[in-house]
Amino acid sequence: MLELKNITKKFDDRMILDNINLTVSDGEILCIVGPSGAGKTTLLRCISGLEKANSGEFILDGQSFNPYENRDNDSVIGVVFQDFQLFPNLSVLDNITLAPKMVLHKSDKDAIEEAKIQMKQLNLEGKETLYPYQLSGGQKQRVAIVRALAMNPKILCYDEPTSALDPDLRQEVETIILKLKEQKMTQIVVTHDMEFAKNIADHLFQVSPSNE
Amino acid sequence: MKYIMKILPSLLSGAGMTLQIFFWTIVVSIPLGIVLGLGLTSEFKPLTAILKFYVWLMRGTPLLLQLIFVFYGLPIIGIIFNRYDAAIFAFILNYTAYFAEIFRGGLQSVPKGQYESAKVLRLTYWQTIRRIVIPQVVKIVIPSIGNEVINLIKDSSLVYVIGIGDLLRAGNVATARDVTLVPLLLVGVIYLLMTAIVTYILGKVESRYNTWK
Ligand SMILES: Nc1ncnc2c1ncn2[C@@H]1O[C@H](COP(=O)(O)OP(=O)(O)OP(=O)(O)O)[C@@H](O)[C@H]1O
Ligand SMILES: [Mg+2]
Repeated sequence: MLELKNITKKFDDRMILDNINLTVSDGEILCIVGPSGAGKTTLLRCISGLEKANSGEFILDGQSFNPYENRDNDSVIGVVFQDFQLFPNLSVLDNITLAPKMVLHKSDKDAIEEAKIQMKQLNLEGKETLYPYQLSGGQKQRVAIVRALAMNPKILCYDEPTSALDPDLRQEVETIILKLKEQKMTQIVVTHDMEFAKNIADHLFQVSPSNE
Repeated sequence: MKYIMKILPSLLSGAGMTLQIFFWTIVVSIPLGIVLGLGLTSEFKPLTAILKFYVWLMRGTPLLLQLIFVFYGLPIIGIIFNRYDAAIFAFILNYTAYFAEIFRGGLQSVPKGQYESAKVLRLTYWQTIRRIVIPQVVKIVIPSIGNEVINLIKDSSLVYVIGIGDLLRAGNVATARDVTLVPLLLVGVIYLLMTAIVTYILGKVESRYNTWK
């Protein structure tokens, strides 16, 4: 379970996140919604340690933790970026196995074996040796998901997972997210698509623009 | 033909010197250029200021002046190099500045998202640089590095002024002694051969990086 207590974030003197309190229970899907510019991405970046919150506390399974300085500890938060950010110089398989090998010190064999199991689950069989530029948007996203999962995160975060895809692929993303939920993955999804949010969310969290 | 065979050994030994200067400059300047390129993109302002000054100085003055300065100038303040070391030192100083500037541009063209993506996968800074950033930078900078490398082959003839027996000097000596154009023409052919080989190797490297976009 992840709790955020009184998280605030300012850019220079502009208040973006003002006293955010929220809880994500194990295995649930939390959707963060709100208008453009409200700070949804900023909140996700604070949770995943890419931005430093100005104040407040993160509590994971009852233990206080600091995502911004969590780099040497256990893998906690996985991220699927809006534009995926696959590594263009690495094949699909290398994208997925690089961090497990270099950070978790897995053997080549184990890393590849585990990658293949997840790739099969997300319909990526046979794509191992392709480079990101050879993939469709949906395939890139699935590689990004497998790459994040390969680090065994406790929570998987997505920023606008439907925005870079054709509208008819929305269904596919829903299916993937719900499938991962069945496997007890805790997920946080930022979206401005209310219908999508309602289809997948156990809870909605509304971020509203702070007026300052 | 007989004449060519007669002067060829001295030309080839001159070409050997040219290649030595070329080789050492490349081997030291490129890695050093990467490191300084990283420094130029760092957030630590005093460092970038010093590096920018260095690049400005090296690119803003003639290599010939730098060469003369190192070999004839520095001894005046007690720093003495032999000819060969002076040449290598000046070339490394000069070319590192050009390479650093090329790598700075390359580094800045790697999107911030790539670093963030590596960060959430908990790769360390150096793992990220080595496995993600450098391959992407290399792909971007190959054409500009290639230009500099070819320039270097030709620039190496400047060591002539500090009395090093390179290819150009060997040709010049033979022409003056035997009053014929042949040695100079031969020198031209040897330079063309060297640049052709380098161009071929660069093409190979470039095509190796064409497997991804
Ligand atoms: N690095 C930054 N420096 C300064 N201001 C920033 C920075 N990043 C975001 N902001 C500002 O913070 C506010 C919230 O941005 P954020 O990207 O979190 O919004 P969002 O809710 O994700 O919007 P959208 O739905 O358009 O993606 C915006 O006003 C933005 O201009
Ligand atoms: Mg956003």
